[in-house]
Amino acid sequence: MAALTEEQSMLKDQASAWVVEQSPVASFREMRDSGVETAFIPTTWQSMVDMGWTGILVPEQYGGSDLGYLTFGVVLEQLGRQLAASPLYASALVGASAVLIAGSDEQKQSLLPKIVDGTEILTLAVDEGAHHAPADLALRAEASADGFVLNGTKTLVVEGLSATTLVVAARTANGITLFVVPADAPGITRQRLTMLDSRGYANVAFADVAIPASAVLGTVDQGAEPLDAILDRARAGLAAEMLGTAAQAFDLTLDYLKTREQFGRVIGSFQALGHRAAGLFTSMELTRSCMEAALQAIDAKAENVPEMCALSKCKVGDFLHEMSNQLIQIHGGIGMTDEFDAGFYLKRARVAEHLFGNQAFHRERYATLLGF
Amino acid sequence: MSESSELSDFRESASAWLSENFPASLAGKSVGMEGESVAALGDDLTAWRQRLAEQGWGAPTWPREYGGAGLSHPQVKVLNQEMEKVGAFNPIPMMAGMGVTMVGPTVLEYGTEDQKLKHLPGIASGEIRWCLGLSEPNAGSDLASLSTKAEDNGDQFVLNGQKVWTSGADISQWCGALVRTDSKAKKRDGISFVMLPMDQSGVETRPIKLIAGASPFCETYFNNAIAEKSDLLGKLNDGWSVVKRLLQHERQSQTGARGPSGAKPVPLQEMAKKYVGTNADGTLADVDLRVRLASHLMDSKAHGLTIGRITAEARGNVEVSAAASILKNSATHVAQTKSELTMEIMGAQGLGWEGAEFSSEELGSVREWLFGKAMSIYGGSFEVQNNIISKNILGLPETTQKG
Repeated sequence: MAALTEEQSMLKDQASAWVVEQSPVASFREMRDSGVETAFIPTTWQSMVDMGWTGILVPEQYGGSDLGYLTFGVVLEQLGRQLAASPLYASALVGASAVLIAGSDEQKQSLLPKIVDGTEILTLAVDEGAHHAPADLALRAEASADGFVLNGTKTLVVEGLSATTLVVAARTANGITLFVVPADAPGITRQRLTMLDSRGYANVAFADVAIPASAVLGTVDQGAEPLDAILDRARAGLAAEMLGTAAQAFDLTLDYLKTREQFGRVIGSFQALGHRAAGLFTSMELTRSCMEAALQAIDAKAENVPEMCALSKCKVGDFLHEMSNQLIQIHGGIGMTDEFDAGFYLKRARVAEHLFGNQAFHRERYATLLGF
Repeated sequence: MSESSELSDFRESASAWLSENFPASLAGKSVGMEGESVAALGDDLTAWRQRLAEQGWGAPTWPREYGGAGLSHPQVKVLNQEMEKVGAFNPIPMMAGMGVTMVGPTVLEYGTEDQKLKHLPGIASGEIRWCLGLSEPNAGSDLASLSTKAEDNGDQFVLNGQKVWTSGADISQWCGALVRTDSKAKKRDGISFVMLPMDQSGVETRPIKLIAGASPFCETYFNNAIAEKSDLLGKLNDGWSVVKRLLQHERQSQTGARGPSGAKPVPLQEMAKKYVGTNADGTLADVDLRVRLASHLMDSKAHGLTIGRITAEARGNVEVSAAASILKNSATHVAQTKSELTMEIMGAQGLGWEGAEFSSEELGSVREWLFGKAMSIYGGSFEVQNNIISKNILGLPETTQKG
């Protein structure tokens, strides 16, 4: 862990204790088995709101605590350990970032307090195809007499079913424009997606959705730059949750290496496995530095935020990929059973790796940002 | 983060001292392990070394009475930053061989007051170069199986045996050697750590030529060599604890955390553009290389961030960190990959052995690539570091044979 402030350490302890007691993997399993449409348990979500986690990024004047991204990452990492499902990330990190970065004072006033008290769930609708390609988005927003008309489809919108407000990236006459659109606006159809990781996603279709000019977030045609900034924060935040997931997978595996006996000895005494664990631990330490540095760069408003976020999402993605595979491999047969939790970690890993750009996307982005 | 006034005062005085004392002719230069460049840099280097030593800045964290300056880690960081700014470097750790990085810190911990006063000031001033006699032909990764004998002869030990990979032995004045003082005890229990002068008839050194050509490594033969008993470091037959600590300091020095070095290398991506060419959009023409280069630069960045994170977490109290094995393996991986990529980028120009057809950078990169293969062998091999991580950090059972 980074050298945490007292406040961050307290939140870490709080989140760590809460998630083990109130939202362990067993709760996630219950949620999955119940098939609940929103893919989270409302009371769990309400507890997060009550603890103030929805306000971590939000300035005090809008009811938040303004503690910054590293602090949010500290909480998300603990939630990632137990695969806790909720709209916290989509709304209070990604959604709040969008409003903070691009929103007018009126939009901040109308949306941020409701993100904090949980009455609004925001989410970002950006991808349209099988791959994350924000530069190629095609959903159109045509200017009308008193606003815009949206036509097109967004795919794999995180918490798309439970969201009350969508932050939509659309193509306008001379560029990209961001809009805040009520999720129940006439012309919007939401289709639940049942994904590998059992979390909440939806495809969202826009058919002649008319919205007023006041729905523009930021400036017409100038949305590409803030969208990039929002995506960077989305990537860095998700990486924190993903590292929590990977760290738990590592802990489970290490514990198994120390307790599982074969050939009359614990399997962790075999050098092949000891060295594999050492290699994974080394990767985890290197990865943690990237994850924390990206969040710290955002908090410090550093110039290299884009490359740090690409670095973080890529390195965490690589490590989670390998760790989730080794979680299954080292557990052997038991790891293949649905009764054991390993599969949840593997499934979550692949979806999270994909979201907001996989490792290949971010290696390419890193090279481009470094000018080669 | 704003700096404390104490630290910014120190920054100011360090900066002022540097502008007065650092010879401009040395800006951007550095000295290597071999000692040849020391001669090449001439009188200015000698003067610079002396001035640094007077300040106690050759080994700045050591106490003043032993030749250091008693600086805190944050102060050293500031000093390094100020040196970096003017292209200055500290030649003393290189000139003292294994003295500043390994022998000194271990003497500070295990030495008697007399030993500290006798040995540390010469190291901190860069006047006395030290080598280490640890490995033997039949004791590499399994160091504790060493067989060089030290026999009790009153006030002295008499040493017989052979050491290998003693870096700089041919140009060192002193040696720290691991010797067997009790052949009946279990192998780790009969070992002692002694210090002896190299200039005596019982010590002979032979340089070893490596795959990269000339190297600082030597074979060192002890043929009735003498070590004074007053130069026994730590207790008799307790040399294994001393050397374990010494090797921790060695790993720490091989983590890739560097002090200021005046020379600024050309970024690999710029070199790649020059040798490989670019597409119309400015991306590297070799798509496969581009991706692997991006991965390497990410690994390199991750390594640097990890050094920073571990330092920050220790909040200035860093001595020898448990993470040293991780960092040593990571530093090795990054450096070896960099060498491989550099060669690949240079193509045929990166495969030359000697001759005017190749630039000095090109020839240098070949030698560096070859010499770099040693990084995952010396100081505890890649595999030995993984044993340490799995046993000492992760708490897994011992996987190697017990001795």
